[in-house]
Amino acid sequence: MPAKNAFTTIALSSAVLGIGGISSAVADDGYTDDVVRIGVLTDMSGIYSDLSGEAAVTAVEMAVEDFGGEVNGVPIEVIHGDHRNEADTGASRAREWYDSEGVDMINDLSNSGVALAVAAVADERERHAIVNSSSTVDLTNEYCSPYVTHYTYDAHSLAHGTGKSIVEDGGESWFFLTVDFAFGIGLEEQVSEVVRDAGGQVVGAARHPLDTSDFSSYALQAQASNAEIIGIASTGADAINAINALAEFGVTPDQQPAALLLWYDDIDSLGLETAQELLLTNAFYWDADEDTREFSERFYERTDRMPNMAHAGNYSSTMHYLKAIEEAGSDDSAAVSEAMREMKINDFFASDGYIRPNGRMVHDQYLWKVKSPDASEYDYDYLELVTTIPGEEAFQPLEESTCHLLDDE
Amino acid sequence: MLFGVPLQALMGQLMLGIVNGSFYAVLSLGLAIIFGVLKIVNFAHGAFFMLGAFTAFLLAQHLGANYWFVLFLAPVFVALVGMLFEWLFLRRLYGLDPIYGLLLTFSLVLVLEGGFRVAFGSSGQPFSTPDMLTGTINLGFMVLPLYRAFVIVAALSSCLVTWYVIERTSLGASLRAATERPDLTQAFGINVPRLVTLTYGAGVGLAAFAGVLAAPIFHVNPSMGSSLVITIFAIVVIGGLGSIKGAIITGLGLGVVEGLTRLFYSEFSSTIVFLIMVLVLMLRPAGLFGREEG
Repeated sequence: MPAKNAFTTIALSSAVLGIGGISSAVADDGYTDDVVRIGVLTDMSGIYSDLSGEAAVTAVEMAVEDFGGEVNGVPIEVIHGDHRNEADTGASRAREWYDSEGVDMINDLSNSGVALAVAAVADERERHAIVNSSSTVDLTNEYCSPYVTHYTYDAHSLAHGTGKSIVEDGGESWFFLTVDFAFGIGLEEQVSEVVRDAGGQVVGAARHPLDTSDFSSYALQAQASNAEIIGIASTGADAINAINALAEFGVTPDQQPAALLLWYDDIDSLGLETAQELLLTNAFYWDADEDTREFSERFYERTDRMPNMAHAGNYSSTMHYLKAIEEAGSDDSAAVSEAMREMKINDFFASDGYIRPNGRMVHDQYLWKVKSPDASEYDYDYLELVTTIPGEEAFQPLEESTCHLLDDE
Repeated sequence: MLFGVPLQALMGQLMLGIVNGSFYAVLSLGLAIIFGVLKIVNFAHGAFFMLGAFTAFLLAQHLGANYWFVLFLAPVFVALVGMLFEWLFLRRLYGLDPIYGLLLTFSLVLVLEGGFRVAFGSSGQPFSTPDMLTGTINLGFMVLPLYRAFVIVAALSSCLVTWYVIERTSLGASLRAATERPDLTQAFGINVPRLVTLTYGAGVGLAAFAGVLAAPIFHVNPSMGSSLVITIFAIVVIGGLGSIKGAIITGLGLGVVEGLTRLFYSEFSSTIVFLIMVLVLMLRPAGLFGREEG
């Protein structure tokens, strides 16, 4: 029967190709030499599209508008594209942008796998990449480049924020539910180190694929481990599903979940009832002070949502990049890179932030606790500050970095 | 201890395998019925699953409708949407190469998922478990949430009812006749096109029913069906195309196999179903319960 054969062929080929990811259109423009062109390469349609996605593009556009739309008389243009959470798609888009579309800087770069791939292309093509929504510390170690900046947060800052504070609170034995790619594995390693340094122990880990909807089996494995703390080394929908499954199977409250990268948006999805008391390390919260509120309200008007730390980082880093071009008086990558590393960053996002030679932007991080439904007084009133972690403590000490650029100094 | 795994953990994973297998059974059953009668590879099955969950979410969380009412109404609504889709578009493709049906249904997936992503975002929406089913049952070897136990009962009952209708009633007899010889069935005065529309409605209604059942367990999100649908295709192939019994039994069985794989070698759990598919195709190309046709 031809129909049966076709069914089988289709089932087989879709299994091999993993059809299910859906791409979206990409805006692009012709190449012109006298334009500063910024490309926002992000997840427009997949699991991380709420965390960065379209709102990340808006954040960069806002920065360009606030800067005046031109730098040294040269117009600034923003284009965007979808990496579909695939490292090879991200890398080939980056190559295309740098080589034939005159893109000077690529921003956002959610997904650690994609960020590493694009960072390698940026280094090779000597063009800028600024990573705001990925965590892998490899970006400022093995794969560091004079043209790559890791701006908002990283696995080290998460581990030394949420992870460390839980260990200090007495959470000694840990079991990890880890998403099985660069981001999750890197985060698990960082937190494990913090746990062991503090005299705690890691009793086991279960690895799950990206975009897992059913965590029940992992919840049971976590339960069987008898660990005090269940470290959730994933983010977005994965982390939400994991937290829900732990609650559903009665793993919590006997064992405590520790969400190692929770976003402000995730709390929306979890609801305060489930999320209350959870700790999260975020570099930015919309309601922190006057300046953050001013930016956030403008952002809200355009996107109908409050910005998270990646959106704020996209804005702040674009501003910094443009100021560096202004300072350098040219868009030459090396000159801009030097200016970026010399100038301090002072805005609503960071105070006295600076970029190290290995590309790490050092600025304070904040440990937040999710409010209870009763304590939340108005819309989006979700977090209260627990403590401020100074940038020097939050990020990897420079002498520990294996970045080759440091050898030359 | 059994194979180096505590018996308790093994029993727990078995139980979860049955829960997941129940979802697989309902979904692959719908897909098998549609393929059996329409000869259409319904790629939109996962999207209808998602549509069921979202319909339930909108009815329950926004209009405050009762869960039991939603469990009944959402599949009926989605079945109507499916029948409209069949009537407007799908029926123009009968008799053509199955690839056209695949392309059309896949495009429906893109439209539905894209639309819901724009409207509701990608992170998903919470759906609370109905109050009556919030507790847990302590089985000794594991704590089973009451709702998951309910899922097994509801899913398997719906499979049984579908099987009964198809195999034991006169409606089912006409349906089976229309599958084998549509021209002859038409000559007996049975309205075959209407039967086909109803079948498509029933198939996607089953998907929506699974979607409503899944809503409190998985977050309601636009891509909740797309990750499932490929597995479901594999299950239908393993069970034998168009075989009702095959779809149900294989669905349950593979849920269990997948659950056990998570325990022994978690990284392999998303691949095991396809490995089994390859093996089955090599050894029994018609599937475990399929009939060889020449």
